[in-house]
Amino acid sequence: MGTSVTWREIDLGGSVAGGTSENYKTGNWRVERPVIDYGKCVKCLICWLYCPEPAIVRRGNEVRVDYDYCKGCGICAEECPVKAISMVPEEV
Amino acid sequence: MPCKGNKYGSRGGVGKMITKSLSRQHRIALTGNDAVAYAVKQAKVDVISAYPITPQTFVVETLSRYVYDGELDAKFIAVESEHSAMSAVIGASLAGARTFTATSSQGLAYMWEALYAASGLRLPIVMALAARALSAPLNIHNDHSDFFGMRDAGWIMFNGEEAQETYDLTIMAYKIAEDPRVLLPVVVSYDGFIVSHAISDFYALNDDVVAEFLGKRTTGPKIDPDNPRSFGVLALQDSYFEFKRQQYEAMEKSRQVIQEVFKKYAEISGREYRPLKEYMTEDAETCIVAMGSTVGTARQAIRILRERGEKVGVVGILQYRPWPTKEVEQIFSKFKKIIVMEKTVSHGARAGPMYEDIASTLYPKYSNVKMIDYTYGLGGRDISPQGIIDIYRFGKELIEKDRNDKVQFYGVRE
Repeated sequence: MGTSVTWREIDLGGSVAGGTSENYKTGNWRVERPVIDYGKCVKCLICWLYCPEPAIVRRGNEVRVDYDYCKGCGICAEECPVKAISMVPEEV
Repeated sequence: MPCKGNKYGSRGGVGKMITKSLSRQHRIALTGNDAVAYAVKQAKVDVISAYPITPQTFVVETLSRYVYDGELDAKFIAVESEHSAMSAVIGASLAGARTFTATSSQGLAYMWEALYAASGLRLPIVMALAARALSAPLNIHNDHSDFFGMRDAGWIMFNGEEAQETYDLTIMAYKIAEDPRVLLPVVVSYDGFIVSHAISDFYALNDDVVAEFLGKRTTGPKIDPDNPRSFGVLALQDSYFEFKRQQYEAMEKSRQVIQEVFKKYAEISGREYRPLKEYMTEDAETCIVAMGSTVGTARQAIRILRERGEKVGVVGILQYRPWPTKEVEQIFSKFKKIIVMEKTVSHGARAGPMYEDIASTLYPKYSNVKMIDYTYGLGGRDISPQGIIDIYRFGKELIEKDRNDKVQFYGVRE
């Protein structure tokens, strides 16, 4: 929801068109960020499967973290069988 | 003797109607509850969800019979509570259905959070409220505590004096609620037992006349798989205020729509409604204000008082929200004294809700009008014409003695 929309234009009854979650960058909720060590990564895609958001983005067997939406829950780091993901404190 | 009264709805409209529009209606005798059910059937609602509670129960009992007998093609959702009843009609209304529910007292209280959801989501739901006292102590009889309790929930609020008004208002409620300029829920209240259980004759429009008047519901928020939207979203500091301001505007716009619907309804029924019902007010110095079945009792009292030479009239409140500010100012500013009768008690307040509404409408432009507030009839304690004559005499005297700074209680054992 843009902050320029007045009450005259705002959608009826607190309803909004679908897909608005893309506009809410929830990554700023994060306290720790997952960092992938690609030297250790075996491309098993376990992190991609387990990410609840999903903020692990996959292209082929390559994975990366989408920091716009990753909330830093740490499930990927916990589940990685080769300990290729570490949780690094966010700088305040 | 000037008599402006009774031509707005009630019996007064009937004489005029007979010559004009009798072919469009029929005369039947039903309880107030069954009159509501009859109107809802004619409105061809799609979904009804309700939970039984005295004195409303017969509304939904009759409706469930209509559905079972195939007289009404609707889905009747039996639920385990009023909270679920309101939630179910919210869901159904969002799916595009014309919906109805009914309740009383504790049931309305249990619906409370969903009442705000219905208006905030801008859903044209219609609800009947057989007004009843609130617990504790437990009481099943009529007062207006439940009705006034939902004052700020964002609903358009009407009060029917008897079966005729309640029937007419229920039909008009759909027309008003579904107008694209409004899209707000409407409650039609009527006095528990006094109206809800008393059988009286009234004029009902023929089925085809109602069908043509209302048509099908085509407006309002609607879930549509081809055009996905989120409803009831989280709206925080950046947008909640805008949604509420827009909702306020819908209530303001409803004033004009209500006026238009009253006019259209008068054309088909011969019964002309106005937000306020005046009776013998033209030359009145003192005015009694009341709501619900008491208005009829007050008319009888006024006739007796007029025979004794008292310059007094009565104004009945038919439309409570939106508060008919313009009409109240126009009508009430001409009186010297106003005696407000309220079937509710506003604990800790300067006065009851109707007194405060009238006072804030008149002040400061007409601060010369003196007012006094009477609480009466709580928990169904009867009010007779003699009771209203007493209230008139005592109230007038207290105003003259400048002792009108406190709420008075009539009919309580002192």
